[in-house]
Amino acid sequence: MESHEQQFLILNEPMILAAMISIVVGGLSLVIGVTYFKKWGYLWREWITTVDHKKIGVMYILVALVMLFRGGVDALLMRGQTAMPENGLLDAQHYNEIFTTHGVIMILFMAMPFIIGLMNVVTPLQIGARDVAFPRLNSVSFWLFAVGAGLFNISFIIGGSPDAGWSAYFPLASLEFSPTVGNNYYAISLQIAGLGTLATGINFLVTILKMRAPGMTLMKMPMFTWSILITNVIIVFAFPVLTVALALMTMDRQFGTKFFTMQDGGMDMLWANLFWVWGHPEVYIVILPAFGIYSEIISTFARKNLFGYKSMVVSMVAISLLSFLVWAHHFYTMGQGVMVNSFFSITTMLIAVPTGVKIFNWLLTLHKGKITFTTPMLYSLAFIPIFTIGGVTGVMLAMASADYQYHNTMFLVAHFHYVLIPGTVFAVIAGFHFWFPKVFGFRLNEKLGKLAFWFITISFNVAFFPLFILGLNGMTRRMYTYSESTGYGPLNMLSFLGAVGLGIGFIILVYNLYWSIRYSPRDETGDPWDARSLEWATHGPVPFYNFARIPKINELDAFWYAKRNNKSLYDDRPIEKIHMPNNSGMPFLMSGAFFGAGFCLVFSWWIPTIIFTILIFVFMALRSFEKDHGYYVSVEEIERIERELGGEK
Amino acid sequence: MVKRSLQLCFILMKTSNCEVVNILYAFELQNYIRKGYSMKKKWLLFSAIFTIATVLAGCENPLMVLDPKGPQAKTLSDTIIMSIIVMCGVLLVVYVLYTYMLVKYRASRMGEDYEPPHVHGSTKLEIIWTAIPIIIVAVLSVITVQSLSKVESKPAGYEDQEPLVIYAASSNWKWHFSYPEQGVETVNYVNMPIDRPVEFRLYSYGPITSFWIPQLAGQKYAMSAHVTKINMSADVPGSYMGRNSNFNGQGYAQMEFEAQAMTPADFDEWVNDVKTTAPKLTDADYDKLLETDFVGRKSYSSTHLEFNPPPEGRHHGVPNKGTPNTEEDADKTAPSSEHHTHPNETE
Repeated sequence: MESHEQQFLILNEPMILAAMISIVVGGLSLVIGVTYFKKWGYLWREWITTVDHKKIGVMYILVALVMLFRGGVDALLMRGQTAMPENGLLDAQHYNEIFTTHGVIMILFMAMPFIIGLMNVVTPLQIGARDVAFPRLNSVSFWLFAVGAGLFNISFIIGGSPDAGWSAYFPLASLEFSPTVGNNYYAISLQIAGLGTLATGINFLVTILKMRAPGMTLMKMPMFTWSILITNVIIVFAFPVLTVALALMTMDRQFGTKFFTMQDGGMDMLWANLFWVWGHPEVYIVILPAFGIYSEIISTFARKNLFGYKSMVVSMVAISLLSFLVWAHHFYTMGQGVMVNSFFSITTMLIAVPTGVKIFNWLLTLHKGKITFTTPMLYSLAFIPIFTIGGVTGVMLAMASADYQYHNTMFLVAHFHYVLIPGTVFAVIAGFHFWFPKVFGFRLNEKLGKLAFWFITISFNVAFFPLFILGLNGMTRRMYTYSESTGYGPLNMLSFLGAVGLGIGFIILVYNLYWSIRYSPRDETGDPWDARSLEWATHGPVPFYNFARIPKINELDAFWYAKRNNKSLYDDRPIEKIHMPNNSGMPFLMSGAFFGAGFCLVFSWWIPTIIFTILIFVFMALRSFEKDHGYYVSVEEIERIERELGGEK
Repeated sequence: MVKRSLQLCFILMKTSNCEVVNILYAFELQNYIRKGYSMKKKWLLFSAIFTIATVLAGCENPLMVLDPKGPQAKTLSDTIIMSIIVMCGVLLVVYVLYTYMLVKYRASRMGEDYEPPHVHGSTKLEIIWTAIPIIIVAVLSVITVQSLSKVESKPAGYEDQEPLVIYAASSNWKWHFSYPEQGVETVNYVNMPIDRPVEFRLYSYGPITSFWIPQLAGQKYAMSAHVTKINMSADVPGSYMGRNSNFNGQGYAQMEFEAQAMTPADFDEWVNDVKTTAPKLTDADYDKLLETDFVGRKSYSSTHLEFNPPPEGRHHGVPNKGTPNTEEDADKTAPSSEHHTHPNETE
């Protein structure tokens, strides 16, 4: 089982060596810097041990941005390699590793945490809660995710990255055909991060169902909160499937079982089914919150309430149900025959109906509105036409017969980028700009923001539209090279130029962050956009207890109407003492043990694996005997903080 | 602006080379970027993109998938073009509404004190935009099911003809083609007669691959423990690109083969040629061939089907003998068709 030869450190690849050196240098300078400025205590007290949903959200987003950079470099390398026929930038093995990590990182370590980060920051505020239902579990979720991401990312310097595609189809991903530890990393890091996500799902489900401000019935919740509620229902149902599939994969690869192997009754198709039973709902896990974000932003900057609130909710519920009934459309070509393919074709196409309803509702929200073109609004408006292209090509792909010609081609690649980038990526960037002042107390620069927007939007189309045409011309995905006679060269070059433009756009975005931190004027109101939902009712930056007094709600967009009619959301109740949870270092330490166990398991070092696993259980046991009832913030303390923030809210 | 687009369309129609179109298009696009962007221009750009997409289909150098050379690929190409037209209609509706809203209701046009009304929704409108997509989906579903059953059965017009059976097996990064009827076998190229239905029976020695000749038929997976089938036939003699389209490791990019459609006379001549000149394929030769990562074209005057049977019939569910590293396992496994049933089995 362990007989296969492999390198522990990858030293023969100049590019990887350079990356390794820069990581070591960067890491060392970080450690030295933190030590020099004596910030270890601050980091530990304020961030690592925090259970505050806003800080956890910020950390999620920070990691997501780093991963966006990593996945983006992967993308640039891929597009660079295929920009010209028979290009020699990367060899086959390196290219295979890079498209695999690009897929895994962008979906699981970029899109997911960005969404979960925004969900963390915004949801409790939108429902008028002081924190999530299980603050410490929230911290566990974050650290498990961070550890999973870290484990996945070190694979490319220690032991080698997975190289069987982000879907890791068997038998290719089996020990027989992928003998390096790459796919062990895949299974174990996704497993650890997935546990965190599952906990998040439960946490937010309870938070939204049990902790809404008095008077906020389900149908008076902001649309973003609705989307998060439904998303977490999907997480709770879909992620256990991934957990099981990954566990079976680990068993197959490291303990000699035969679930997905070719011999002894194993079935390779079982993996494909399990993977997509999780994988398709996963797509909706990252797209539904995006719909929620757009709903908030569009109604805010059209200065109008959301059109068709009820049908928005119903359509999201419909999408969530249908998302579990379409998985086989990822492999129409597996030979299921006409009946099965027809069924999945129809269920897949049906998803277009609720999605269409949402598009028209957004358009009608703009109707008779008063549209201002701020940066978050620009992203939301660009989303509609571009995502619609992604949507209609989705319907085309849903037609099983035609899919025999699109499957595994660049047409498919173009389609899902047309869905995921204007859908999820534009949404998280829009949400980032929109809620930034809530967390940090100042807006990002609008000029730079718009410049980045135009770069990103135009370059996106230049990068991905040509792929539709390439696909129809027979170019398959995941090819590290092609011959000149195919004629794929020019369009691939165009696509590469677009990718470079996208890269520039993202650099402008990050520069904007730097610029705004230094120079942006501070916002005093807590409501810089003149927005509608509850999160804008408190100060920005938000005090750790969120609301000095819990608001009372009697309608949708209550904050908006309170502003319009000069009413109070608090009925002039006095401030009372606030019960808050204590910080804890346990989640961080336990996740460290998870990292140790995961890393050793990757290399089949059994004794240390067992020790670390025992350590995990020790931390759990310690927690179960711990008595921690939180603490109270006194009325005087609250009044002092409120005064400092510029008056009671 | 409009003039420019018209010019562009004109050039598009006149040109005979697709690449020229693309370069022109890129040039045009960069112009836009330099000039800066307004919403209106973006709309024109999008419509330009779609004109191009549609025109490309009619180029002299048409896109492979839309340039079918057999009835199955023709069915698929028709389905695709039809769906593109329907989808352009959908896009048009959305884009017109969208442009209208953005132009008409921007804050700069609405005046300082304009206060947008509170609009709850409209049951009538919501029913309309639920019902129309349902109708569209219903129509597309019917088309899908029809075209599916068409391409999954014998090509139209050849129902009464006995198909030529060709086994296509992938191993590492090459394709083996066996002709049981003719008793010949090839590697990395396949010849077939025109005007005769051909039934490819697919399986794989190892990871899942996907057998695809875009101009003749859609693709299908080849897997290790059972056989899948593709029906096709070619109308026109010619050489067509065929490849594995499902990623299966290091040599995937090179895993192409040539599919040559020829007149029945030429085909018979080729078969005779192979039978008389090519060597016999022995068990040992075949095992060696399977272990090699890449080979060029090869021809043999016998097939591997007898000593290394495909996973069908009583061998169904039994992984192929000769799969790298698994020879012993395969030998130990007794052939039994009852125990191994597949959920995805056709029939």
